[in-house]
Amino acid sequence: MTQTIDEIFEQICTLIAPFNKKNIPITKDSLFSVDLELDSLNVMDILSEIEDEFDITVPLNMLPDLETVGQFAEIVKQLLSEQ
Amino acid sequence: MTFDLFEKFDPILNDYNSLPKGSANPFTVSMEQVLSPTTAIINGRETILAGTNNYMGMTFNQECMDAAQEALLTLGTGTTGSRMLNGTYNSHKKLEDTLKEFYNTRHAIVFSTGYQANLGIIATLAGPKDYVVIDADSHASIYDGCAMGNATVVRFKHNDADNLDKKLARIRKNDPQAGILVVLEGVYSMLGDQAPLKELTRISKAYNAFILVDEAHSIGVFGETGRGVAQEQGVEDQIDFIVGTFSKSVGTIGGYCVSNNPKFEALRLVCRPYIFTASLPPSVVASATKALELIANSNLRAKLLSNSRRLNNGLSQAGFDMGTTGESPIAAIIIAEQNTAIAFWGEMIKEGVYVNLALPPATPKKLNLMRCSLSAAHSLEQIDFMLEKFILVGTKLGLLQDIPKRVLA
Repeated sequence: MTQTIDEIFEQICTLIAPFNKKNIPITKDSLFSVDLELDSLNVMDILSEIEDEFDITVPLNMLPDLETVGQFAEIVKQLLSEQ
Repeated sequence: MTFDLFEKFDPILNDYNSLPKGSANPFTVSMEQVLSPTTAIINGRETILAGTNNYMGMTFNQECMDAAQEALLTLGTGTTGSRMLNGTYNSHKKLEDTLKEFYNTRHAIVFSTGYQANLGIIATLAGPKDYVVIDADSHASIYDGCAMGNATVVRFKHNDADNLDKKLARIRKNDPQAGILVVLEGVYSMLGDQAPLKELTRISKAYNAFILVDEAHSIGVFGETGRGVAQEQGVEDQIDFIVGTFSKSVGTIGGYCVSNNPKFEALRLVCRPYIFTASLPPSVVASATKALELIANSNLRAKLLSNSRRLNNGLSQAGFDMGTTGESPIAAIIIAEQNTAIAFWGEMIKEGVYVNLALPPATPKKLNLMRCSLSAAHSLEQIDFMLEKFILVGTKLGLLQDIPKRVLA
């Protein structure tokens, strides 16, 4: 049961929702810092939720390269396929 | 695009520039004179120091000052060298022996600051194929140790044993042979809450992880002989590395790591923040050695915690929104609006009380805190003075207006 990138993206959007206080519309190109107005601590907390939701380890070391929600979805898909 | 290296700091500079100017600015305080561990002249006014980490009041201890003075006069002002070259004096080795005795461990290494101890131990121990697992609310020195090292870094929810279990299980599933270092703090400094070390160590050991506990804010304060939270909770035999600092209870500066690991001394050969910096000056080494001896044999802990309970209870009864419970030397009230918190700080310093203004991102859950760290050297009169001023300022800023409702409820 491989999930598509769109399904993963939708799941991630659900996880971001509690942090998205202003209900800003999320696209794959949304930048966490600029578009969603989230600071690095928020992004680390979202990362932790993603780990538990998908049962994967996403190292904190990867964070500097993950700026958009779409990039999060791609890394999750990649990590799932490596299992 | 820009060539300006400083442009990225504009947002934080703008925030900083919006703070009050002059003596009401919480981040430009300068002590004109220091009169004692608990009093100083600030802005020309005698001020009670209620936010200094000086838990034992050791900074003016006569025996410590005498030891420091003698070392200064006989060994000079500094070592001008690395521990590995000309920077190890007999007194550095004696300090390490004193630490071994204090903790009853086989090994001890002294660093030039507590920050460097965390940086060095974490970055060096966990290599490219290893994992470091840290609490989400870890101190900056722990995050920086992770950033400096090459290990894979995983973060678990603050003090959440189930979440730690999940993260470790996942690492072990993918990598059964990996080395894992779990990093915990005895006391988390902002709100003074302790780590549930019994559960966290049981889980960590179930996955064959090494455990490091940072006792920076708990040495001297907890445990029968002041070793910290691991001693207090009876789990010292489960802890592989204890890191700490001389800059709080011990009253000077410097950091250390103690361990029973048979290969521990190898770190002296490979730990860059230990090697590539000058060692502690002899006067600092002498006062730290004396202070450790005093802490092990004192009952200042009881006085410190009773001081903290007195302030915490008073603030809570006055109707403040409390961030702390009085189980640690920290007393912090939560203030919803950041501008009110900044104004609160300015009013307190005008009234002659120095407290810490703690703001996000240095605080958990984005809290704005007026934070006191108590000292065993505070008198009851000083505690009551702080409380009186908290209530005065809280009333003035409208934070205590609903006391009657709370009392009735």
